[in-house]
Amino acid sequence: MEAGIVSYGAYVPRYRITPTEIGRVWGADGEGMGQGLNVHRKSVPAPDEDTITISTEALRTALVRGAIDPQQIGALYVGSESHPYAVKPTATVVAQAVGATPNLTAADFEFACKAGTAAIQTCLGLVGAGMIRYGVAIGTDTSQGAPGDALEYSASAGGAAFVVGRERVICRVLRTLSYTTDTPDFWRREGQKYPSHGGRFTGEPAYFRHVTECARRTMEASGTSPKDYRHVVFHQPNGKFPQRVGKQLGFSDDQMRYGLVTPYIGNTYSGAALIGLANVLDHAGPGERILMVGYGSGAGSDAFDLETTDELGRYDASFGRPVQEYLDQGVEISYAVYAKFRGKIHMGEA
Amino acid sequence: MRDVAVLGVGQTRFGELWDRSFREIGIEAGLQALVDAKLSSAQLGGLYLGNMASGSLLDQEQIAPLILDYAGLARRHLPAVRVEGGGASGALALHAGYLAVASGLYDYVVVGGAEKLTDVPDATANQITSATADHEWEVVFGATLPALWALIARRHMHLYGTTREQLASVAVQAHAMGAKNPNAHYRNKLTLEQVVGAGPVAEPLGVFDCAPLSDGAAAVVLGPLETARQHTDTPIRIAASQVACDTMAVQHRTDLTSLASTQEAGRRAFAQARRAPADVQVAEIHDAYTISALLSLEDLGFVEKGQAGPAFAAGEFGPGGRVTVNPSGGLKAQGRPFGAVGVAQVVELVRQLRGEAKDRQVAGAKFALAQDVGGTGATSVVTLLERAN
Amino acid sequence: MSVARFWRETPRRYNLGGSKCTTCGTVYFPPRSVCPECTSHRQSIEKMVPFQLSGDGEVLSYTVVHDAAEGFEMQVPYVVALVQTVEGPVLTGQVVNIEPDGVRIGLKVRATFRKLREEGKAGVIHYGYKFAPAEDPPVRPPAGRPAGVPVSEAPARDRAPA
Repeated sequence: MEAGIVSYGAYVPRYRITPTEIGRVWGADGEGMGQGLNVHRKSVPAPDEDTITISTEALRTALVRGAIDPQQIGALYVGSESHPYAVKPTATVVAQAVGATPNLTAADFEFACKAGTAAIQTCLGLVGAGMIRYGVAIGTDTSQGAPGDALEYSASAGGAAFVVGRERVICRVLRTLSYTTDTPDFWRREGQKYPSHGGRFTGEPAYFRHVTECARRTMEASGTSPKDYRHVVFHQPNGKFPQRVGKQLGFSDDQMRYGLVTPYIGNTYSGAALIGLANVLDHAGPGERILMVGYGSGAGSDAFDLETTDELGRYDASFGRPVQEYLDQGVEISYAVYAKFRGKIHMGEA
Repeated sequence: MRDVAVLGVGQTRFGELWDRSFREIGIEAGLQALVDAKLSSAQLGGLYLGNMASGSLLDQEQIAPLILDYAGLARRHLPAVRVEGGGASGALALHAGYLAVASGLYDYVVVGGAEKLTDVPDATANQITSATADHEWEVVFGATLPALWALIARRHMHLYGTTREQLASVAVQAHAMGAKNPNAHYRNKLTLEQVVGAGPVAEPLGVFDCAPLSDGAAAVVLGPLETARQHTDTPIRIAASQVACDTMAVQHRTDLTSLASTQEAGRRAFAQARRAPADVQVAEIHDAYTISALLSLEDLGFVEKGQAGPAFAAGEFGPGGRVTVNPSGGLKAQGRPFGAVGVAQVVELVRQLRGEAKDRQVAGAKFALAQDVGGTGATSVVTLLERAN
Repeated sequence: MSVARFWRETPRRYNLGGSKCTTCGTVYFPPRSVCPECTSHRQSIEKMVPFQLSGDGEVLSYTVVHDAAEGFEMQVPYVVALVQTVEGPVLTGQVVNIEPDGVRIGLKVRATFRKLREEGKAGVIHYGYKFAPAEDPPVRPPAGRPAGVPVSEAPARDRAPA
């Protein structure tokens, strides 16, 4: 059997803050901002959580659900733009924490918000070539927008881990296709704490062009149209962009229902499309076709033409929490607590 | 083994001694003890010094020869040994000095205990004192010394119904006693409401459930009982000196609400002295935390396991009770200069047995017990003292 | 703390690797080279084998820490508990993902992976086990719309994506 998804797990920190609360601090119409972005609350990591801990939690869930021996993992890649270290891999800590070391290759991926989907493609290649038994692709972020910046209303934390293998595949990968250009819509220079962006330039020439082109070319290559898919998942920097791009491509609200999670947890960057896919798999039955299109600034899109298998009916996802619980639950915090948790308060030198 | 007696005692004031250095307080206590014992330094065989953390606190190791040097004895090249056992360092030094005299190797030794905790910021001092717990498997995970005692307290409350007020009664009594001790760090009285209502440190323990960070030093002179009358009219015999140890971490104890090291040191000490807890009129015990006092009373055999809370609250360990506990004010009120504590306990008990404790004198004190604990009970030292006939 | 000092314990701190005495069957965490339970210690020498803890357990006792250990200041008030693991050893660790007033003796917990502390802004980051409720307690629903309901298009006010 060809390489496909054999297990998955998602993790979202438990704290939430609303756009209204953020707007209150900056004298902005936070509620209106939230409505405009279609983001009603965003997740906030605890002070002891980062990309490494979130990735580990998500992967541990995936390994238990799939009853996968961590020693059989041949490759582990973590895609993120908020790796705790600039130099020293996130992936090695995660590999050690799940008991996958030392017989594997590991690396960190960075491609803005699509580093996780790029990691899936790499794993598909390695597994498909027979070089490894299992490959792990994780997309996680704990990104921050500059205080008061529009990004602050959406930038959140969370991640999902996908195990790629050939045995007991729960979701086949029928095709993956990418669309990549040099487009400076969003960036963060080395040493800078917060990212910069091109404002409205991030829309049409960046997100919309890449996602649309990538989705169209994928469906063209597969000989499909939107009606062939039960679910669609787009990268979701806010709740609005994926709705609009879906409509442009001819997808309905119903097809996007489970794949759209950003309105309830915010933009988890590298985790966004993957948590959306995890939620789709939580709800899907066997034989359902899924189109996922990731996007990363800079810029590029990775599309995946997927189909769930009968194996999904036997898959035991009871360990860990379903994505729906992360969407429904959370502990709301004030901006002051949020600022403390996110290290936005200057503490002086020890 | 020959009988050993305490011939002289000395102690500095305990508290925040901003203007005084470690050397100064160490020498002050030692010289007081030498004068009290009417001992010529020429007769001295050696020095044992209890100290927990001079390296971390003062960037100074080899403090035993340092104190010897500043006591003017370096040219006599006497042996000077530092002894470390966390908060039990002072009592451990006393045990070492006791063995040295009892063995006949030395006739007279000075046993000192000294600590200077205010030369570093409070947060640093707390971090250093937490090192007496298991750093790798307790402190690394966010536990502090008070947090570990709080875990014990919560479990004790759960198993035996010990109440917050009963814990608080330990602190109230300690401050009432400390008010009468001119050397005490705290001489203010506390009410039950103040203790219960104080800010939390590690729930259920609050600020007033915990002994302070203090500076201070104490010293005693030990010598053979047979020649003790040459030095004092009231020699105090060391009836027993016993050390027992236990696991470093609370998590590894078979009974989370018992100090097995204290049980064992106490049992051995009473066996050595051929006496029983009922023979004790006055005791200085480890009340670094209100809960540690209750555990100590139970594990020394003064009260049944689980019953120390109600007994303490009923005044059974106060003046006129079955045994008077911590007339000095204890660690809670007299203060807690870690390495000095075990020696200061003996200084107080010697004064009690001599009948020199003034307005905190326990009437008819003839037999006394000191118990010193390191960390959360990895080390316990029990010393029994009696007025020699 | 030096890098090596923490690093050499990562199998224990990351993964709860303990040891088991093959003579008497007692499990230890952290691993021990000699078994305290065996009447003759020498019986157990070279008979201790690695043993993996599951991370499942229940709270034996707990405290809410307000006066933080160094490096834990940002988490105050935080919960430290003694956790009785199902395999036998008792572990000291934080309990997270729950409000302090929700912790009880007997609470079922499961090991989780968190940041323990950082060696300053430029230093190494230490990770290890903490505990979280095995079954997440219900939390009050956050503000905003309920989840899982399709949201209709709101007026265009496109903002920067990432």
